[in-house]
Amino acid sequence: MSVHRHSSPLAVTGKYLALALYVGFALFPLYWLAKIAVTPDKLIYTEGTALVPSSFTLENFRTVLVATDFLYYFRNSLVVSLTTAAITTCIAAAAGYAFSRFTFRGKRLVVAIMLITQMFPLLMIIAPIYKIVAAVGLLNSLTSLIIVYTAFNIPFATFLMQSFFDGIPKDLEEAGMMDGCTRFQALRKIVLPLTLPGLGATLGFIFTAAWSELLFALMLINSNDTMTFPVGLLTFVSKFSVDWGQMMAAGVLALVPSCLFFIFIQRYLVQGLTSGAVKG
Amino acid sequence: MARIELQNIAKNYGPVEVMRDINLEIEDGEFIVLVGPSGCGKSTLLRMIAGLEPITDGEFRVDGRRMNEVQPRDRDMAMVFQSYALYPHMDVARNMGFSLEIRKAPSQERAGKVHDAAKTLGLTSLTARLPKALSGGQRQRVAMGRAIVRDPSAFLFDEPLSNLDAALRVEMRLEIARLHQRLETTMIYVTHDQVEALTLADRIVVLNAGKIQQVGTPLDLYERPANRFVAQFIGSPTMNILEVAPADKGVLLKDGTLIGISPGTGHASASDLGVRPEHLNIVPEAAAHFSGTAELVEHLGSDTNIHARVPDIGQVLVRQHGHFPLKTGDPVHIAMELDKVHLFAPDGQRLEPVVGSG
Repeated sequence: MSVHRHSSPLAVTGKYLALALYVGFALFPLYWLAKIAVTPDKLIYTEGTALVPSSFTLENFRTVLVATDFLYYFRNSLVVSLTTAAITTCIAAAAGYAFSRFTFRGKRLVVAIMLITQMFPLLMIIAPIYKIVAAVGLLNSLTSLIIVYTAFNIPFATFLMQSFFDGIPKDLEEAGMMDGCTRFQALRKIVLPLTLPGLGATLGFIFTAAWSELLFALMLINSNDTMTFPVGLLTFVSKFSVDWGQMMAAGVLALVPSCLFFIFIQRYLVQGLTSGAVKG
Repeated sequence: MARIELQNIAKNYGPVEVMRDINLEIEDGEFIVLVGPSGCGKSTLLRMIAGLEPITDGEFRVDGRRMNEVQPRDRDMAMVFQSYALYPHMDVARNMGFSLEIRKAPSQERAGKVHDAAKTLGLTSLTARLPKALSGGQRQRVAMGRAIVRDPSAFLFDEPLSNLDAALRVEMRLEIARLHQRLETTMIYVTHDQVEALTLADRIVVLNAGKIQQVGTPLDLYERPANRFVAQFIGSPTMNILEVAPADKGVLLKDGTLIGISPGTGHASASDLGVRPEHLNIVPEAAAHFSGTAELVEHLGSDTNIHARVPDIGQVLVRQHGHFPLKTGDPVHIAMELDKVHLFAPDGQRLEPVVGSG
């Protein structure tokens, strides 16, 4: 008997059609972003709905890179996002390990509090956060953003890391301890190498979240020097017009680090690193 | 080399008492098997010896030295886990040499010991592989190799063979027995498989519900089980237990037959009679203790198992050596070998049977 299942050609076509529709739907805004970025200014309104512009230009990219503060915003965002991702992941990894491996008094309480912080709409706490940040004199600084983003991302990142630690058999650490490791050595030499996919995923997630955050950045940053990228995008909206072409070109450039980051961590995201550890 | 003593060991999880009154002395070089049904606490006991589980009460000593608070890494014991617990990101050689790596042994010494162990276990050609590229049996060998390389004072095995298929299990069992003969190191082995226990152990510790039921050589447990639990746990197929009532010159089966065997005067009266399937025989009607019909006959080649239904007494399993020409529905007449019969008190404790006395 053949194990190959023959589906009807109609079903196969339907399946791929559905997939194509979904992918098209999901990627269309990105296409539109890129399309407007390469459309010459004078054609933006005259050919507003044409799928492919009649002529191309890279002028918008040149203007954005040379004539605007885009590179500043870009650098600010990079600093904020990378620092946030690094700090959050370190703290979340430590907390996630504790939640996964130890029982301690107040554990349930801490988990409950962390969950509660995720329940409120951010809008509700914008004003108090602003007051606090202003009081400690951190307005218009990247530090304020790093602190706020870190604080808000830690709960989710912790649960994410905990689930990765839960997936690593306890036997492995115990075998390590029987082999002569201290708990910390077992963590460093055995658990940590196996958690790399988890660390990669958490880093990527937090980086993206911080990279695209607008609300707090808008509230806490006013000066051009410390604007992050999403806030900077708004500077393309002037009193009398919106510079669509340049705005979209900047948007395309902003996608680059996210893409690079995910390409970089992708190899750590590949599952199956723990296979072979225990019976399987 | 280690002489291990457990004195009044108890284990609680919060308010739940899972183990108490564990007293055991293990001689240097002895092969001890902890056996019992799942949840009896055998693995917990092993983990307490390993140091992976804190001991709630009592004292645990190795060569006379109290070890309760000593960290696992300082106990000089190697453990083979049921799941093997190989480090997935290290190749076979590094897995086996990891304990030496942690202790910062010179790499030459490490390589030599790993090579020796790999040779013993037939792993020489696999040392560069990662665990995921190994079969179950090979992983099991690596786990054992990791323990051997350390040259520990005691080996702890936590159901090491339960993830292997039947043929491989027999092979690895032999290998462990050989290993013990060669190293003469103390070994503590946890299993729920009584065949492993009977074949490997110098002495077996039978556990149930967190308490030691009996400690003895395999033959002790088979011939003189301390209580009904041990009697039914050790031996395959399981011992038949027949309800009895005390009588003047022996005990009465439920169908009224008098069996000339009793606990002896001055002892509690017996409520159960135990007899192993291999100590029952199919006999001519005149010589039988009871009769019934064969409900199921299993021809195993070397043996024939006859599941018989006996009126008033219930299901009885008889094992006859060789091929026994009997089929379902045939009447069977069964006799017990009276010198091999066991008696148990209502609380399940063994009563020493005396044949023919009152």
